[in-house]
Amino acid sequence: MAVAEQTLASAPVRRKQASQSYLSLVWWKFRKNRTAVFGGVLLLVLHIAMVGVPEFVSPYLLERTSDYVEAKPQRIRFFDQEGNFHLRPFVYGLEKKIDLAKRTRVYVDDPIRIYPLGFFVAGEPYQLFGLIPLKTHLYGTLSDDPAASVFIMGTDALGRDWFTRILYGGRLSLMIGLIGQLMTIAFGTILGAMSGYYGGWVDQLIQRATELLGAIPDIPLFMALAAAIPSFWSPISVYFMLTLILSFVRWGGLARQVRGLILSLREREYALAAKSAGGSDSRIMFRHLLPGTMSHVIVIATLAIPGMILSETALSWLGLGLRPPLTSWGVLLQDAATVRAIHTTPWELWTVPFILLTILAYNMLGDGLRDALDPYSGR
Amino acid sequence: MSVTNQTQSQAQPPTKNDTILLDVKGLKKYFPIQKGFLRRTVGYVKAVDDISFFVREGETLGVVGESGCGKSTAGRSIIRLYEPTAGQVSFKSQVLGSNGQTKTVNLLDLNAQEMKSVRQEISMIFQDPVNSLNPRMSVSDIIAEPMIIHGMKMGQDTEDIIVSLLERVGLRSDHLRRYPHEFSGGQRQRIGIARALSLNPSLVICDEPVSALDVSIQAQTLNLLQDLQKDFNLAYIFVAHDMSVVEHISDRVAVMYVGKIVEMAETDALFTNPLHPYTEALLSSVPKPDPLYKPHRIMMQGEVADPSNPPSGCYFHPRCRYAQDLCKEKSPEFRQIKHDHWTACHFAGELKLEGI
Amino acid sequence: MSEPLIEIKDLRVEFNVREGIVKAVDGFNLTINRGETVGVIGESGCGKSVTARAILNMVPKPGKVTSGEILYYRRSKENPSDGQSRTTDVLDLTKLDPDGETIRQVRGGEIGMIFQEPMSSLTPVYSVGTLINEAVSLHRLSPVKRVGAQITETIQTHRRVTKAEGRQIAIEMLRKVGIPKPNERVDSYPHQLSGGQRQRVMIAIALSCEPVMLIADEPTTALDVSIEAQILDIMRELQESSDMAILFITHNLGVVANMAHEIVVMYMGKAVERAKVQDLFYQPQHPYTRSLLQSIPKLGQKKSGERLASIAGSVPDPFHLPPGCVFHPRCPAFMPGRCDTITPQWTQVGDDHWASCLLYEEAGK
Repeated sequence: MAVAEQTLASAPVRRKQASQSYLSLVWWKFRKNRTAVFGGVLLLVLHIAMVGVPEFVSPYLLERTSDYVEAKPQRIRFFDQEGNFHLRPFVYGLEKKIDLAKRTRVYVDDPIRIYPLGFFVAGEPYQLFGLIPLKTHLYGTLSDDPAASVFIMGTDALGRDWFTRILYGGRLSLMIGLIGQLMTIAFGTILGAMSGYYGGWVDQLIQRATELLGAIPDIPLFMALAAAIPSFWSPISVYFMLTLILSFVRWGGLARQVRGLILSLREREYALAAKSAGGSDSRIMFRHLLPGTMSHVIVIATLAIPGMILSETALSWLGLGLRPPLTSWGVLLQDAATVRAIHTTPWELWTVPFILLTILAYNMLGDGLRDALDPYSGR
Repeated sequence: MSVTNQTQSQAQPPTKNDTILLDVKGLKKYFPIQKGFLRRTVGYVKAVDDISFFVREGETLGVVGESGCGKSTAGRSIIRLYEPTAGQVSFKSQVLGSNGQTKTVNLLDLNAQEMKSVRQEISMIFQDPVNSLNPRMSVSDIIAEPMIIHGMKMGQDTEDIIVSLLERVGLRSDHLRRYPHEFSGGQRQRIGIARALSLNPSLVICDEPVSALDVSIQAQTLNLLQDLQKDFNLAYIFVAHDMSVVEHISDRVAVMYVGKIVEMAETDALFTNPLHPYTEALLSSVPKPDPLYKPHRIMMQGEVADPSNPPSGCYFHPRCRYAQDLCKEKSPEFRQIKHDHWTACHFAGELKLEGI
Repeated sequence: MSEPLIEIKDLRVEFNVREGIVKAVDGFNLTINRGETVGVIGESGCGKSVTARAILNMVPKPGKVTSGEILYYRRSKENPSDGQSRTTDVLDLTKLDPDGETIRQVRGGEIGMIFQEPMSSLTPVYSVGTLINEAVSLHRLSPVKRVGAQITETIQTHRRVTKAEGRQIAIEMLRKVGIPKPNERVDSYPHQLSGGQRQRVMIAIALSCEPVMLIADEPTTALDVSIEAQILDIMRELQESSDMAILFITHNLGVVANMAHEIVVMYMGKAVERAKVQDLFYQPQHPYTRSLLQSIPKLGQKKSGERLASIAGSVPDPFHLPPGCVFHPRCPAFMPGRCDTITPQWTQVGDDHWASCLLYEEAGK
């Protein structure tokens, strides 16, 4: 490799990308990586749909219950039973029946009731971003029949639309990933940078702390901390506490990496140049050292978000994290994770593909970023 | 290139005066060696061990030596990039003086604010053209940084200064908005030089400024440094390991070995009549670009001594072919033998040493 | 007497990178005779290292040998006691499978290679991978085999010897390259050695199988002058005592002047001049060689305030090579209308002295 890079390094001015800043080079390189772009777009869509505007994307509001309890998903159709083609997609109405032999409730399609579907239909009123009053939903039935419904992923035991719940659950789960990771970055970079730049007892203290934290097994620590959250706290406080716990446990690894980077960057001649010109510690830190670690930190953080989301899911699934009435993917999984549920309401497992997709997308994006943030390497 | 050619035509004998700009006395820089859980200091690496030298206004003092001899550390200790362990660094400062008068100050006594002011007058050029420029900053940001640190606002004035500096070092004004990776090694070194000159210093410490450059680029850069010296009356401390480069650019040369200056003299005197056996051996080791030159090589045996555990007496004695018992026992004093010719050898003047 | 060992014919190596194609080596010819030292001089990026690696079929990715051949006149190694004369086969090294059995025998066994010690200035520092490595290496030292074991291993791959024998050879080799107390040093780890000693060990490893040729890629660039002088001396001695050819690659004109019999000057992937060492230093013909020789400061020839004759400009962008002679934009003898249109041919300019410059093509006609 050395030879190839030497050849390239000696190129005087690369005309093809004349005068490009670091960021534009990164973007240029990132764009060429299809997988990463795909992951990025997917994440963008997921985040807009779930974190941003789940009220708009879902046909119902989260709290809206219905008489259809544990109803199976309604198939979206273009052809009716006679084989006639409908230009507008529709669903059949659901008819409740009692299976006497099994003593269970079952739903069957009622081909008489045809509920046409449409985009941007008026439905229950809500406030977008808590501000803009709206009634439009992304999709819904156009029928005026009060019994009309569209449950593309079925309903739960309270007759709530499962897809709606997945969207709202995603809001909390994805936000835990984002906010938690932001806090981890804040903790990790600041402590790691201090540790690397000042050295001495500061370094010793921070290093020993990360080691201690690293020595305690994750799950028991989570469990202990999560169990310590008082049960009378409001769900929202519990949520923020959980985020804090997750990021608190995870900053150690990042801090150590940042410390190593700072240690090597500190001896770079450009840092010395700034120091020799009279630059202050904070200038050297914020202008020369930290920017150099950022690309690295972003990659680590991106790749660590799935872990964060999975931790929340795992904790909530164990019943230690978020609890109803909050809805998160972990809470949803808890609903779906009984033998009975798998037998009678298998559609509740729809949560799983969403989790998988999110985690895959984060990994694709992270890998792409890792390559792109190093635009000076030849490849 | 056009810039360098212009100045060549108006070549004048350089006006050197005898005013001493920087006077270093007994400078020491020891790095502690720490071991164990409690980080106890178990010894010291004597990177710079009691050196004294001076630099006159507008002259070049070359500092040569093999790797690990402390030449870079010495340069960096002077401007307190490394905090010296002991010593005195007297510098004739313009900014700290009043009413246009200069004031001689000991850099090691200055407080943070005063030290920051003095840093306008002493700047550095680094070795590695890749490492010495922050890859995230544009050329204009890089050159402007020292000015911004010293309180200048970015504006048309600073922009003009930067453009004139760029042109002075042989780059074009349209390079302003570019980033370091778009330049070749030689061009990057020019950017580093422009940065060093942005505050109009009187002393520039050049830390191996050409050793990472290709042969043809080396020559350009050396010429540029010489031209700039004439134009701005700069004094250089030129730290390098290449004897021929140092000979070419320096007015006076100091030779370092394991943290100490073993010899210091005018360039010609040092190269033709060395007084220290190390200088002699070093000169004879340099490969000459001449196939007919049959080297009467004085092979130095062994390796450079370990600065954390130097030999007794004269540090050079295990490799010295003239070593006597005295050399093992007593450390030689750094003394003036002839006019402006200093050395640290017990037998200086008595030995018949070969120069070039 | 001068029997060819390696013949490089019209070698072309290209690197296909995202900005385009770099012709790292572009039509290079060279013959190396047995027992002869050939120096290759050039600035960084001129293709000298790539050529060396091509000989061992080790061109780094994404480089590829696109045409040309490297003929290796391979002599069977076994000394025939049955009176048969030793046979010589001709092997085209570029056609061999880069991971195959034959090339592995050649590498290290018949052609040894020593490199410059890896230095930070040569690594592209801004790769995240490097940064991670750098960070990791601050905390961990990677496990390395003992020096002795490394040499023994090389021997064992190529010569069937026992472990004890291998150790003996290792000690012997260390003694040959001038490492003090070789019986003790054979058990030390590389990090316990100084830079100069490590380079000696490198040479010992390269020479332990008695190769017919040694490729030395900037072997002393990272070393101090006093150590450099020692290493060069050892290499000269070792060559005189064996019949080994050396391909000596460097950018330092001083180093080759006393090492090589013949010198090739490379510029942007092409050989621009080739001559016996004395002719090259005393009668350089190509303007590039001349400028190069003039641009280095020479010890003991200082004139006060003197400027160096520098070569204008910098090495051209490998993706946009100038037309005609690649050196013409920097050439002091540039002839407008000719040098920028006609590609110069390899012309004989003297006894065993070749150059590729239009100045001499004219004269030859």
